[in-house]
Amino acid sequence: MNTDDLIACPVCDVLHRDRDVPKHRIARCACCGSVLAAPKSGAMTRVTMLSVTALILLVAAAGFPFLELSAQGLSHRASVLDAVLAFSQGPMAILSFATAFLIVLLPAARFCALIYTLAPMALGWRPAKNAVEVYRWAEWIRPWAMAEIFIIGVAVALVKVSGLARVDLGPAFWSFAALLVVTVMTDSAICRMTVWKTLKTRSDS
Amino acid sequence: MENTENAQRFLTASRAGMIGCRMCGAVNPGDARVCTRCSSAIAPPDPASLQAVWAWLTAGLIAYVPANVYPMLRTTTLGHSSDSTLIGGIVELFAHGAFGVGFIVFFASIFIPIAKFVAIGYLAISVRRPSTLDSHSRLVLFEIVEFIGRWSMIDVFVVAILTALVQLDFAASISPGIAAVSFALSVAFTMLAAQSFDPRLIWAANSRSAE
Ligand SMILES: [Zn+2]
Ligand SMILES: [Zn+2]
Repeated sequence: MNTDDLIACPVCDVLHRDRDVPKHRIARCACCGSVLAAPKSGAMTRVTMLSVTALILLVAAAGFPFLELSAQGLSHRASVLDAVLAFSQGPMAILSFATAFLIVLLPAARFCALIYTLAPMALGWRPAKNAVEVYRWAEWIRPWAMAEIFIIGVAVALVKVSGLARVDLGPAFWSFAALLVVTVMTDSAICRMTVWKTLKTRSDS
Repeated sequence: MENTENAQRFLTASRAGMIGCRMCGAVNPGDARVCTRCSSAIAPPDPASLQAVWAWLTAGLIAYVPANVYPMLRTTTLGHSSDSTLIGGIVELFAHGAFGVGFIVFFASIFIPIAKFVAIGYLAISVRRPSTLDSHSRLVLFEIVEFIGRWSMIDVFVVAILTALVQLDFAASISPGIAAVSFALSVAFTMLAAQSFDPRLIWAANSRSAE
């Protein structure tokens, strides 16, 4: 039996005949309703461009201060790098690692991985070396890239210290806010099923 | 019964003797261990995989205890230091009239973690025995748990930000407590518990009971 013209729903395992889904249509599982495929025209190009944008925003978000605190003539600015280094000594170093990973390193690595796998496809080239492994990793890492959750953390921190001192939002806060939007746009533009099929057919040809 | 009907109307890859890939949807021969399309490790839905879910869930639950008992933050004001716990921090926010933010933190640090423990535990149990919720509602529950779990990290980031922001040169300084570490671990463990849950088992249980 040829299994190439079948797909199994990743959520409920029900078999479907694999037909080409027209652009901008959504194919759902007949049993559980999960989205199986949602191809969009120019998606690979769009995701590549969005990932590049996200990387630039991420650099700005990490380097510039996101909050500025002033009290009694003193002022102190904090960037993400400061927040990471805040825990760097003692038993709290594990928090330092976690913060750096979840807010900066994993999101950056994920966007790099998306560019690495999708840019050659947007250009119609053969997939880059190990593109399958890199894309699988990018999908797996998705829930662990938490740059957008950090914004809410900044907002909460702002309220908490507002009794102690005057607090102003720095440029990095707005970079993070823009990053949130770009991340959502990237994730909604990707159709996993299409990416996997394209990777497979391009590397076979 | 809707469930019985579902099981008869739809053929799953595992009942057809094949293995569907949970990453890319490719259908592989029954003896395959690696997906032909995306080279992920694949396996047929197996209730034995729930052991990993229980293990991570237990670890998350254990880490959640010190997260509530020990201080999250230590604030030093003019030589006088005070510790605040997870719940203490929320009470403080409400006392200052910051109801919106207080509610967000309460939701992220208390409600979501506890609801997650209950929900993942319920999903894992419901695979083995008939459950009151139908398959679709349980899938919705699983998707909510997967989506919302990571937002519990908010409080850990708040601690990181406050520590970086409020330094010694001010009248007050803030340093993190041990609870911040255990809370971060608890969130990570429950995320792993949710990730190791195989949603295909929700339906596999139905088709078994229909036979
Ligand atoms: Zn399905
Ligand atoms: Zn696969």
